[in-house]
Amino acid sequence: MRVGFFVTCLVDLMRPSIGFAALRLLEAAGVDVYVPPTQTCCGQPAYNSGDRADARALAVKMIQEFEGCDWVVAPSGSCSGMVRTHYAELFADDPRMLARAEALAARTRELTDFLVDELELERVPGRFDGTITYHDSCAGLREMGVKAQPRKLLAKVADAKLVEMAECESCCGFGGTFSIKYGEISARMADNKCQHIVNSGADAVVLGDLGCMLNIEGRLRRRGDKTRVLHVAEVLAGEGA
Amino acid sequence: MQVASMHFKERAHVLLHDELLQSNLAKFKGKFVAARRAAITELDDFDGTRDAAKAIRNRALENLDVWLEMFERNASARGATVLYAQTPADVNALVLEIAARHAVAKIIKSKSMVSEESALDHAIEAAGLEVVETDLGEYILQINDYEPPSHIIGPALHKSKDQVSDLFAKHHGTPRKTEINELCMEARAQLRQHYLSADMGISGGNFLVAETGSVVLVTNEGNATLTTTLPKVHIAISGIEKIVPTLEDVATLMRLLPRSATGQSISNYVDILTGTKGEGEFHGVEHMYFILVDSGRTAVLASEVREALRCIRCGACMNHCPVYQNIGGHSYGWVYPGPIGSILTPMYVGLDKAHDLPNASTMCNQCGVVCPVRIPLPDLQRKLREQAFERELRPWHERAGIKLWAWFALRPRAYAWATRLGMRVLRRLGSRDGMIHSLPLGSGWTAERDMPAPAGRTFRELYAERTRTSQQTLPLENAA
Repeated sequence: MRVGFFVTCLVDLMRPSIGFAALRLLEAAGVDVYVPPTQTCCGQPAYNSGDRADARALAVKMIQEFEGCDWVVAPSGSCSGMVRTHYAELFADDPRMLARAEALAARTRELTDFLVDELELERVPGRFDGTITYHDSCAGLREMGVKAQPRKLLAKVADAKLVEMAECESCCGFGGTFSIKYGEISARMADNKCQHIVNSGADAVVLGDLGCMLNIEGRLRRRGDKTRVLHVAEVLAGEGA
Repeated sequence: MQVASMHFKERAHVLLHDELLQSNLAKFKGKFVAARRAAITELDDFDGTRDAAKAIRNRALENLDVWLEMFERNASARGATVLYAQTPADVNALVLEIAARHAVAKIIKSKSMVSEESALDHAIEAAGLEVVETDLGEYILQINDYEPPSHIIGPALHKSKDQVSDLFAKHHGTPRKTEINELCMEARAQLRQHYLSADMGISGGNFLVAETGSVVLVTNEGNATLTTTLPKVHIAISGIEKIVPTLEDVATLMRLLPRSATGQSISNYVDILTGTKGEGEFHGVEHMYFILVDSGRTAVLASEVREALRCIRCGACMNHCPVYQNIGGHSYGWVYPGPIGSILTPMYVGLDKAHDLPNASTMCNQCGVVCPVRIPLPDLQRKLREQAFERELRPWHERAGIKLWAWFALRPRAYAWATRLGMRVLRRLGSRDGMIHSLPLGSGWTAERDMPAPAGRTFRELYAERTRTSQQTLPLENAA
């Protein structure tokens, strides 16, 4: 089984350790991981900004890079959701590309979803001494059906206790370029989320999308709060945790 | 209504810092959400019912002209007059014409959002006639100098009980009441006299039924029943898209509308009004008119956001929207706020005046998953973003930023070079705590948040290094 690993632009640029944690989980599960060296961005920022032409061009690039793989796995519900639920719409007028987009979409999975539902991972190397609370990122939850999978895996992390925060499914306010274009609204939404995290009393908030992580961590720190913000791959792999 | 959607950001800024509004929004937030969540469990097959509702609304819209003609035939056969308004101004003109024909001096109104589009009350008053809103929320807004509604089913949801107490005491000249029940009784006492002395009643329409020529009104206060039956003349104003083929269809949609809106199994009142009073009949008005409003609806039908016309105005999208919950309905600057407003407002008043609305969304799709007729609201917002991008309505730096990003992302070598440099620079902007406290060009982010600084080296750099050291070769060549 050859798994194409899409690291996603944010993890690539901002926090490569998440990418290596995800790699370690996949490799430990015994799959053959391929990392296309030319990969950049899935095109979502262009797509959601209304720049359809560039979104299409980036989708073509992504399809070319990954279509030789049995699976495409990303440590992000948002980027995997872009491929799985939106690529086809970009090629509605191009039957040849549409077929290729649909084929790739069908094989694209979010990391925890892939680890649980495809690899049926039984053990994880991670250890976390403390309580964690999980934030459901919007695209992971509502586009990729990621809800039970990360919790199932986190339950296997030694010493970790999972507590649920209130409104764990409500948006943190990131929304890609929304976070800058409408920074004030975005920050207020992030603040609501941070309040729920703090109220949960957890030592760490764990989530599956780096966009939400930057937003939540940025707001927590500005509030002077030290609650740790970790990617689910880091906690599962025992890196950074 | 005056369009203020071009001032969205400024309005949101003000309302985010309006402490009273924020406290009112906090009280409202979650109430409808929890009520809906409980109510939908009463249906054996909620999702199947939503599929059926979507199909009903699609069937109506696909042959809108056919159903409208059938409606007109059946309504006319029962003694009603069916008129069409192409623009908001036509709506007002038709109402005033009908009022003049029947020597009307005083008009009572039950809730009608479509009449807000044309600011009908102002037109009525400008013509020297009296108009009284009888929906409690609309009444509150009317006596508060025609404050605009902030929600499609609870127009005065942004106001607290205390604010209403003050308003009633001032406007009615009565001792200040503090109990909600007392306030309701006071409003009722005020309104009763108007029901009995009005010459004409105006209502909206939740559904128009083609097979019977009826209008269906879904309310909780009973005011619509009085408004549409006590005066001699009734005008129902409704968007043309509100039509459904059959009464059976209404039954299906009614399983979803109150549950999605307020979390009620059924609203307190459902009026189905058909034609004028016949010979020997006790109930009914002497003259019944329908004003069926286009005002941009046929343009929506011909557009790529036509699915928005399925809307049955339950308000679930705004009740669940995290943006709406924080900024309130007045930020949106026109009749329809929240996610559905972010589609309808640009379509009805012009994208150039309202391109912030479809952009001011995180696309979290909470709206899409609760919509009873499955309108894919974020997808429609994206369609309008595409139009705004193509028409260059968005600020130049926003477009340039995306274009620049895409230019690099399409060229892996340039991208590798630029990100290598960029991440090292950003790394150095970080303080000792690993946070960037202020970003040049990124103040939208850093005004109220830190930005965690990047690691400094990219995953691709580190991975290439790792593969080199482990003497590994890539498992396969780039499939391209």
